Amino acid sequence: MINFSILLPSILNGLTTGALYALVALGLTLIYGVLHIINFAHGALLMVAMYLVYFLYKLFGLDPYLALLVVPAAMFVIGYVLQRTIIGNASHGRDENILLVTLGLSIVIENLALFFFASDTQVVDTPYAFDVVELFGAFLPVPKVIAFVGALLTALALWLLMGWTDLGRAIRALARERKGARLVGINVDHIFAMSFGIGIGVLGIAACLLLPTYYVYPQVGHGFVLIAFTIVVLGGMGSFIGALLGGFIIGVVEAVGGLVLGESLGQIGIFVIFILVLLFRPQGLLGHRA
Amino acid sequence: MLEVTGLKAGYNRVEVLRGVDISIRPKEIVALLGSNGVGKTTFIATLSGLIQSWSGEITFKGQDITRTDAASIVDLGLIQVPEGRHIFPNLTVQENLVLGSYRRGRKARSANLERVLETFPRLRERIRQKAATMSGGEQQMLAIGRGMMAEPELLILDEPSLGLSPLLVEEMFELIVELNKQGMTILLVEQNVHLSLEISNRGFVMENGAIKLTGTAKELLDNPDLQKSYLGV
Repeated sequence: MINFSILLPSILNGLTTGALYALVALGLTLIYGVLHIINFAHGALLMVAMYLVYFLYKLFGLDPYLALLVVPAAMFVIGYVLQRTIIGNASHGRDENILLVTLGLSIVIENLALFFFASDTQVVDTPYAFDVVELFGAFLPVPKVIAFVGALLTALALWLLMGWTDLGRAIRALARERKGARLVGINVDHIFAMSFGIGIGVLGIAACLLLPTYYVYPQVGHGFVLIAFTIVVLGGMGSFIGALLGGFIIGVVEAVGGLVLGESLGQIGIFVIFILVLLFRPQGLLGHRA
Repeated sequence: MLEVTGLKAGYNRVEVLRGVDISIRPKEIVALLGSNGVGKTTFIATLSGLIQSWSGEITFKGQDITRTDAASIVDLGLIQVPEGRHIFPNLTVQENLVLGSYRRGRKARSANLERVLETFPRLRERIRQKAATMSGGEQQMLAIGRGMMAEPELLILDEPSLGLSPLLVEEMFELIVELNKQGMTILLVEQNVHLSLEISNRGFVMENGAIKLTGTAKELLDNPDLQKSYLGV
């Protein structure tokens, strides 16, 4: 019934979608790894980034790929300031409070978007949206291939940043040992905000890579964050490579599941995997036991 | 070098330090003694800017640092090696050491690193290893090495001999003398009263959040009260 010539394009498609999921998950896992919280505002901030891309296109005719020069930086600043002002202050240093503050933020942001932008879906019309490229006999949309490469490059850049710079070392140090970090002169509030800013900045990249093939509306983040959360659990909380790997697995499972069970049931596989991971390997594929 | 007058601090509403006065002169080794829970660790946490004092004054190298943040205190050269090491377990030995120089220029780093690895050849052998995988003694070396990376002028060592084998304790005290010879002023917080006083110039005995007794190391070693309560004579 299903032969290789149908399966391969489906797998390749799944990998490209998975790369985008991975991008959203990368920010989530970074923030979790350092601040030890699930950022409930992640989806809302992805939506903000997507609207930014949309309005830059609508008002100034800026191509989503050129928006890569602006939107990630803008999202970084938004993330940094949010952590430094609202999240850091309102949480009084308690993890469970941070959780609630980010949840509250997401509700406020989404409703502001509903109020100002209405719930219509908006798209960016690019001339290349329907271009395809042939790969191993499968036809893939060009924007998805670009998104795939972009996600890999972003993961690589994050990995280099975390492993080889002072900032990265400080972030990793603070994630595990706050007193030691303060004693070497790491400014805790600044590094927390940098981590949050970078995680949100990555959402800016995701938004630019998404919009040529996707659409934006005020609740667009929900679906992505649910999947990203699954990926973070699957890959292992706080693990970058885990997030990337998890993204690809989820993307492929969704695509192949859609092929076998029909488009609307494709996501069943994701949650089956999610439950299996929770049952048999709760620390995730590349995570450590708590 | 360090002048502390009337320092009061605590956690929530509980007063731990009830007016501490201490002065440390350059190039000294000074022992801060006292049993568990008298406020020694709280005192040095206040010095390092980890907790804010309620009242009193701290001056370091003539500069008022009472309200200065932890990072700026590191900049000034007041470095603490905390009790329990607090090294970064998920980072390699090299990364731990490099972070010790987080507030120092890149140029100084390789020189600092070389100096630390000369002092602790064992750390050179383990340079790529994760800190968490090392033994307690090695972790203590790493903690002190990380402190040295910050080019301390005043080095505060909190219970450096805690949990070490007797042989390593000897080595630790020899090392402290060696660091002092290299030009560092040292504030040694210890429960090992006898050994600390043997290498110190002066000592302070803390009790109930205040300094109860002070004098040269010899005076303290000869003090009958101290002999009774700490030296078990």
